[in-house]
Amino acid sequence: MPVSLLQIRRLEGSIRIEFVEKNILDEGNLHQIEQEIRTAIETEKNPRVLISFKNVEHMSSAALGTLLALKDNIEKKSGELRLSNIDRRIYEMFVITKLNRLFSIHESVEQAAGSFTAK
Amino acid sequence: MHAAKDILHFERSFYGLRPGLEELQEEFASALVQFGYDDAAAFAIRLAIEEAVVNGFRHGNKGDATKRVLFRSSIAKDRIDIEVFDEGTGFNPDTVPDPTQEENLEIPSGRGVMLMKAYMSEVEYLAPGNHLRMSYAKRHD
Repeated sequence: MPVSLLQIRRLEGSIRIEFVEKNILDEGNLHQIEQEIRTAIETEKNPRVLISFKNVEHMSSAALGTLLALKDNIEKKSGELRLSNIDRRIYEMFVITKLNRLFSIHESVEQAAGSFTAK
Repeated sequence: MHAAKDILHFERSFYGLRPGLEELQEEFASALVQFGYDDAAAFAIRLAIEEAVVNGFRHGNKGDATKRVLFRSSIAKDRIDIEVFDEGTGFNPDTVPDPTQEENLEIPSGRGVMLMKAYMSEVEYLAPGNHLRMSYAKRHD
């Protein structure tokens, strides 16, 4: 079992995820990240997933693809995905690719958590 | 890497991606600081190198570790030139669907070339499409 690339905890009805690494680039790591998150939400009915980018300094187009795949997976389970604490340079990547329109992106974990639809 | 007076040349061959690509990125980042490039430039160039080499290996060489991705670059005070060659059959970048079109937004792939074009000053694929040439001109704000 490889070392986890994520910190995952459950708080106030949501699954809070933080990246351990500062660079979210490599396809091998991305595959592992996707699997870890899929496993975390596997038994959830309407998973509310909050991913914080607090520690992330660099990302790649492959990482954007992984986020899209996760969003799809979460929404198929009638869940919700929120992103927070994205560095302004990384946020620019979302704007350039227009993915800022598709993802629900928030300044802080608190704001992101507050944006989930009430259960 | 060898340093001439005002220009630094890099050349690397990749038959896989890791950890060679990280090592190149770290060396390159140090060189950018020496040549007076700011954080915005470092971010842009790291992203462009990542996308270019990964594309060459994954799409050009189809992940074949017997095939080489050749990376060449020169860093000068005001300009960085980068070339990436793969051993694939090439592609026409104009045929890549625009990932920002509404109908393509949810497709997980196809954003690498677009990001390189957004962050670098010039990006071109030379026929048959397995030779990428790009440059970054230092911004003087």
